Amino acid sequence: MKKILRRSSFYLGLLLFTMFAVFPVIWMVITAFKQDGDLYNVANNPFIYNLPPTLKHITFLFTHSSFPTFLRNSAFIGVVVVIITLLLAVPAAYSLSRLVGHWGERSGIAVFLVYLIPPTLLFIPLYQIVSFLRATNTVWALILVYPTITVPFCTWLLLGFFKSMPRELEESALIDGCSRWQSFLRIALPLAAPGIATCIVFAFALSISDYIYAAVFVSSTAARTVSAGVPTELIRGDIYFWQSLMAAAAIVSIPLAVAYGLLFDRLVKGFQS
Amino acid sequence: MARADTEVRVSLGDREGLLGTLMLAPAFLYIAALVGIPFFLAIALSLSSATIGDPHIHGFVGLANFAHAMHESAFPIALRNSIIVTCATLILTLVLATAESELLVRDFRGKWLWQILLILPWAMPVSLAAVDWLWLLDSEFSPLDWLLRQAHLLGPGTPWGPANHLYYYGREWLGLGAITMINVWRLLPLATIIVLAGRTAIPREIFEQAQVDGAGFFRVLFRITIPALLPLLVVAGMFTALLVFGDMTVVALTTRGGPGYATQLLPYWAYLKGIEGGALSEGAAVALFMFPVLLAGAVLALRMAYRADSN
Repeated sequence: MKKILRRSSFYLGLLLFTMFAVFPVIWMVITAFKQDGDLYNVANNPFIYNLPPTLKHITFLFTHSSFPTFLRNSAFIGVVVVIITLLLAVPAAYSLSRLVGHWGERSGIAVFLVYLIPPTLLFIPLYQIVSFLRATNTVWALILVYPTITVPFCTWLLLGFFKSMPRELEESALIDGCSRWQSFLRIALPLAAPGIATCIVFAFALSISDYIYAAVFVSSTAARTVSAGVPTELIRGDIYFWQSLMAAAAIVSIPLAVAYGLLFDRLVKGFQS
Repeated sequence: MARADTEVRVSLGDREGLLGTLMLAPAFLYIAALVGIPFFLAIALSLSSATIGDPHIHGFVGLANFAHAMHESAFPIALRNSIIVTCATLILTLVLATAESELLVRDFRGKWLWQILLILPWAMPVSLAAVDWLWLLDSEFSPLDWLLRQAHLLGPGTPWGPANHLYYYGREWLGLGAITMINVWRLLPLATIIVLAGRTAIPREIFEQAQVDGAGFFRVLFRITIPALLPLLVVAGMFTALLVFGDMTVVALTTRGGPGYATQLLPYWAYLKGIEGGALSEGAAVALFMFPVLLAGAVLALRMAYRADSN
């Protein structure tokens, strides 16, 4: 009896948390397929289809809006930023944890402090730098600035990973004649794979979800990302293309959620060190 | 020749100090160029009279921009709102994340599917999440209003009537509440993951021993679980506070600071002044106001984390 009670309260709790998380998403998906006559009628039950569902607004999104361009831009920027982030953060974290002496190990706080400076504080001077480089209105403006968010964060995350790795493994490799560089490539790097996977997800996520830099540095439709493009293109003054907006949000976030969800345990491990 | 060559390479690979510097340099130089320089540029800007039309830093005006910003009626409101929203989000998120991690620490069937559903809000780009909530709490077509009307809580002759709508984004406290809810919703998965990292590291035997000793649920929670989780609760709290305090996306897409300045937040006000209003220097000054608060919060949190760690 007590066991049944505990089990059911466990599932009730789980259900409540899940409802809180997915209710706005369910509402989003329901809306995406609604006809105008159904959507804009206050008397209707908003949770059911009072008129048959339609694909019209999703077709509109792909044929009559710049949504495909936004998707392409976001994906391209995300991939390039992930590559830059790994090239900068992985060696830096290894160096801080192993090579530059005692202060390096304790530099975690300093690295984290850099991540702490929010985009809202930097976007005005960065705007000037980007316009000085004549990079405004290009995807390169965003590729240039996004690593300011991802590099400190990923370095901090990897620093913990490298520090928690037993030194003995590498020391025995050094005794066997490996150079430090080789031991980094052959031993430390494979062992840090979970940390690197976590970094890839975070770097991609942080670069896709930024709104402020994307809205300030880029005003031409051709270079806009999903984050900044969807709200500006599909909200025109007082006119909101609700179904298309919701469809766009669902199309972007559901695949991301699946990727994140499958990496859930990895992410937990990423914070363990 | 070949032999000398390998010798050079080996010695470079083995000179730890030099290799360390070489590996650290790219990241360090990048951060110095694109965080360090802009940071000092922000300070210089805030002391100058630069505008979008004339963005060069000249015309030193001292603290005039700060004084000017502080005397505007929006400043105290924006500062107060930023602090309220950050604190409310922080408390709610940490409490919920602790509860959720208590559920997710167990193994159960189909866990991966629940994990996908629970992580969804955080996977959504912030601006799209804000648009989703803008529609969810729409002034006319909000399904929550509809549910409240069905329950006879809203509408003519009901406790929250006589209006048929709550107008979430059109009122001061409902607007701030909505912004807080959106932030809790989008950051809870991240906070849960961080707290869970601490929760899974607590050995199971401790709980079994406590059960044998007859400790109740709340006794276990406050005497064992929370003290053991403290370092990661601090980390989770720091992430949450930082991401809320520095964020302008949610407010920019929902209430837009309105009605009037009632739901204005510091970062969005800085954006409105600096970019939309063209007064780069004043925008930079407002943005700089946030830094001491962030710094104090981070130092405090990290000291707590260290103390908890060394205990």
